[in-house]
Amino acid sequence: MEQGLRLKVGLAEMLKGGVIMDVVTEEHAKIAEDAGATAVMALERVPADIRREGGVARMSDPALIERIMKTVSIPVMAKCRIGHFAEAQILQELGVDYIDESEVLTPADEAHHVDKFAFKTPFVCGCTNLGEALRRIGEGAALIRSKGEAGTGDIIEAVRHLREVLRNLRAIAQMSEMELMAEAKRIQAPYELVRYVHEHGKLPVPMFVAGGIATPADASLVMQLGAEAVFVGSGIFKSENPAKRAQAIVKATTFFDKPAELVKVSRDLGTPMSGIARNALPEDQKLAARGW
Amino acid sequence: MRVGILALQGAVEPHRAKLAALGVEAVAVRLAEELAGCAGLILPGGESTTMLNLIEAYGLEEPLREFAARRPCWGVCAGSILMAAEVENPSQVSFGLMPITVRRNAYGRQNESFIAKIDLRLPGEPPRSQEAVFIRAPRITRCAPETRVLAELDGAPVAVEHGRHLATTFHPELSEGDRLHRHFLTICGAQRLAGAG
Repeated sequence: MEQGLRLKVGLAEMLKGGVIMDVVTEEHAKIAEDAGATAVMALERVPADIRREGGVARMSDPALIERIMKTVSIPVMAKCRIGHFAEAQILQELGVDYIDESEVLTPADEAHHVDKFAFKTPFVCGCTNLGEALRRIGEGAALIRSKGEAGTGDIIEAVRHLREVLRNLRAIAQMSEMELMAEAKRIQAPYELVRYVHEHGKLPVPMFVAGGIATPADASLVMQLGAEAVFVGSGIFKSENPAKRAQAIVKATTFFDKPAELVKVSRDLGTPMSGIARNALPEDQKLAARGW
Repeated sequence: MRVGILALQGAVEPHRAKLAALGVEAVAVRLAEELAGCAGLILPGGESTTMLNLIEAYGLEEPLREFAARRPCWGVCAGSILMAAEVENPSQVSFGLMPITVRRNAYGRQNESFIAKIDLRLPGEPPRSQEAVFIRAPRITRCAPETRVLAELDGAPVAVEHGRHLATTFHPELSEGDRLHRHFLTICGAQRLAGAG
């Protein structure tokens, strides 16, 4: 791996086992940091509000992102639209620590994602399956997350995406060498990366989970399935007691395999975000379908 | 020999892999009782604020201090911040296991992360050049005179040793080679033979 990419993946290594929280104000950012977040995602509206309000969702105001960067000492991430490399250039210039090329915002390009090798700032990208993950890594992403179905509080899509990636990773690890090209063709992934998966049995970058995490039990579920860290979007600040829920999800991510601890942290958290069942969503409102 | 890795959050796995390649069993330490039987403890990179939060919530501070009074600890990046006597930018709680002052994010944000060559001077070995990976790294701004500086970059110490403890502001677990891991295991072994605790 070349040096630039090693530094980008290196930061993702440092975020493992932690919780990255969506925040829309400096006050949120401070609550997230005090609750033990490893990083915050600075944005104008959480996905649940983007869903409710509709319209075109774009990169956040740089002034908001800067205020959040000044407020906390932990890494700050921000989102650009799929394919919108000019937004990404602005975020890099601002000095954010990670750029999320995100399906939560309205895509800017219906065929191309950002060439992420052209940036010094690392990128995280969403995926629904292994082919998509490897295409993003092929474009230079240093961290992969499941898309899940953002802003719903419904974990089913995140579980589907994570299981799908892991199942395909295991299958490729078991294949014979001569099957790899056909598999690369089938999942529409770069051959060299399919080879990497065959040899190492894992992605060349970390795999986190996002989309629909709303409770400590959700965090435990995805960590037990094999996620290396979690993103929580609307699940914290759309709940009744964000500070307490934030800390509970941090603890649940660390002690994901200790039910006795999960009982303690799950008690008396107040009402979670109300949410929308993913299967009740009309097709055109499913964000996970965005991305190519 | 078993060596603990503080596993509340952060880059635990690369240290485990280095230890495994040296034939040493790594123990993920999240609770105080998991320190029992460890010959030493690595405090890995990650977010120091997250680790502090969990250390406080799970009452790990006193057990860590007691462990460090008998056994070697090695703080890497965020781990060196936890071990420092004093932390700047911003000021925060630390455990004073080493007489050093550490400034967080001293080189800047992720865009200023970098890889450099350093000369590592381990006791009883000739100095050797090696790669050092700095990620949103802290800087050791002051250290007590009895602290042994193992490596410097631009005049600031980046690897230091004091008594049985070690601190590095870079990430040896993300580079090829295992000199620092071997060195730490040597300290752990010597401490064990000395029958401490």
